[in-house]
Amino acid sequence: MTETNPNSYRNQPDERGHFGDFGGRYVAETLMPLVLDLEREYRKAQADPEFQREFDDLLEHYVGRPSPLYFAERLTEALRAGSPEGHGAQVWFKRDELNHTGAHKINNCIGQILLAIRMGKTRIIAETGAGQHGVATATVCARFGLPCVIYMGAEDVRRQSPNVFRMKLLGAEIVPVTSGRGTLKDAMNEGLRDWVANVHDTFYIIGTAAGPHPYPEMVRDFQSIIGKEARAQMLERIGRLPDLAVACIGGGSNALGLFHPFLDDAEVKLLGVEAAGHGLDGNEHAASLLGGFPGVLHGNKTYLLQDEDGQITEGHSISAGLDYPGIGPEHAWLKDSGRVEYTAVTDDEALEAFQLLCRTEGIIPALEPSHAISAVAKRAKEMPRDSIILANLCGRGDKDIFTVAEKLGVDI
Amino acid sequence: MTRLASAFAKPHPALVCFLTAGDGDTAANLDALVEGGADVIELGMPFTDPMADGPAIQAANIRSLGVGTTTADVLAIATAFRQRHPDVPLVLMGYANPMIRRGPDWFAAAAKEAGIDGVICVDIPPEEDDALGPALRAAEIAPIRLATPTTDDKRLPAVIQGSEGFLYYVAVAGITGMQQAAIESIEANVSRIKRSTDIPVAVGFGVRTPEQASEIARVADGVVVGSALVELVAEHGDDAPAKLRTLASSLAEAVRSAR
Repeated sequence: MTETNPNSYRNQPDERGHFGDFGGRYVAETLMPLVLDLEREYRKAQADPEFQREFDDLLEHYVGRPSPLYFAERLTEALRAGSPEGHGAQVWFKRDELNHTGAHKINNCIGQILLAIRMGKTRIIAETGAGQHGVATATVCARFGLPCVIYMGAEDVRRQSPNVFRMKLLGAEIVPVTSGRGTLKDAMNEGLRDWVANVHDTFYIIGTAAGPHPYPEMVRDFQSIIGKEARAQMLERIGRLPDLAVACIGGGSNALGLFHPFLDDAEVKLLGVEAAGHGLDGNEHAASLLGGFPGVLHGNKTYLLQDEDGQITEGHSISAGLDYPGIGPEHAWLKDSGRVEYTAVTDDEALEAFQLLCRTEGIIPALEPSHAISAVAKRAKEMPRDSIILANLCGRGDKDIFTVAEKLGVDI
Repeated sequence: MTRLASAFAKPHPALVCFLTAGDGDTAANLDALVEGGADVIELGMPFTDPMADGPAIQAANIRSLGVGTTTADVLAIATAFRQRHPDVPLVLMGYANPMIRRGPDWFAAAAKEAGIDGVICVDIPPEEDDALGPALRAAEIAPIRLATPTTDDKRLPAVIQGSEGFLYYVAVAGITGMQQAAIESIEANVSRIKRSTDIPVAVGFGVRTPEQASEIARVADGVVVGSALVELVAEHGDDAPAKLRTLASSLAEAVRSAR
């Protein structure tokens, strides 16, 4: 897509993969030729109508797109009950939790595996934290008959055993990562080590809008289907755009997918919600934008949780999908440019929002979008009744019931 | 002539020895390497996420950070080394984030002050040179780039342009300390690189024994050994210096008698 408006927020990144000061290609020389090759192949695929047709076809018939746009009437009523007179915005959800595999992750995996096949790669690797991206990657690998190796922190393998079993059922090999502290960032380190040693035949499907250029742009483009659909659905259903669009942020791919098509709609305010864990005042959070500093990790320059010497610190969140110490570089740029507002929600607030949605709408959300729902609940009360909030329900909560039960002190 | 240039102007190929700063008694270990015959010292700056390193150096990073090693400690180790060894070139090797955390100019000035001659930053390719290169050059510290088996002829000029001190040829497409590349491949790539530049070429990744070092020294200007040394530190702790001296000395002899 070529934009001609020089003031557009949708022109990023530049030809070097920079979003303002952020992004780039900070990788070892061994990977550089491969990353450049990937960019060339991605440009060719973008220009090829057949690639787009195949992508759209799989999204429709395999993933189940378009996902519905849903007016959450009982949630809206419940929030109005606690709002000042005349307040309580209408809450609408983009239902990406209804996708095949139960989250937005699959949109990106379909795009990347089609690219891998175009490039003649015969082996797929990926990292996963909670296991959602791992499951989505294992799914597309099974669908296309490619061997799949998933790197997962040993600690996460223990915590997320249902997803580990799902990936195994789908034929993936799971490699528990014990280096470092055995979490998502260590799994990503191990994925990069595998890639660097197997550059000739291996494609690395990165799960979020981070990593070296062109990954942040590519993942955003594949996920932008969320916002494109939602924008068209809003216009069709109510004849106008939302006043506020909200999404949770770990690495930031579902949020960019929702936000990007709205970036040049000045009347639509955008709100990204980070995980505040036990609170932003301590170290037990995963809010890279609100509590981190710019730095370089995993191939890009972005906001990172780090100490004064540049050592990366571990994020914490009740949601395993949000506790990555970095953030996609486009978010870093959108924050500094002021186009998107960022806030954070604690574990307890997310847990409360999780239960609220279960009871008011009969939808069990994942803990990740529960952060977004909590922010929606706060904002809705401050907005007039005729205003509209659109939030991305990026994943379903089946995977989280064990965590939630434990937090609520329930034995299941 | 700079210390690095002098090291590579010796009548024999250079032995380049790597250790992770803050892992064990680094001062004593470095002294042992110099006594054993190391021509250049590479001092690893520990990082939480050493993506290009294999298990041995990953573990060294964790041990070093585990005992609380800071950037100030790494610079203090370098400063003290420089006082003890005024003529031995000292190169910092590590990852971008700890190097640019306080700004590239701060880092370059601090490294200069500590007597550092060159910097190898694994994850700053030529495309992102702005992040650190200009600051290093302004401080007269050599930015030492890496070339790899995947660096093709089209790309090689960009890697060479802006490289100083020496060029580090990574012998395997992979991580440190794992398998060794076939000597034929190393020879072909080193001669390919040397056709394009006068900068000395040192070869590393997967070099563990005097036999391998000798083979490589026949075709390159320098041989880099890291993981094998780091493993001795892990295994022998306070007794590591004697072991390091012995291995460095046999490596030095192999490198010096190679041609």
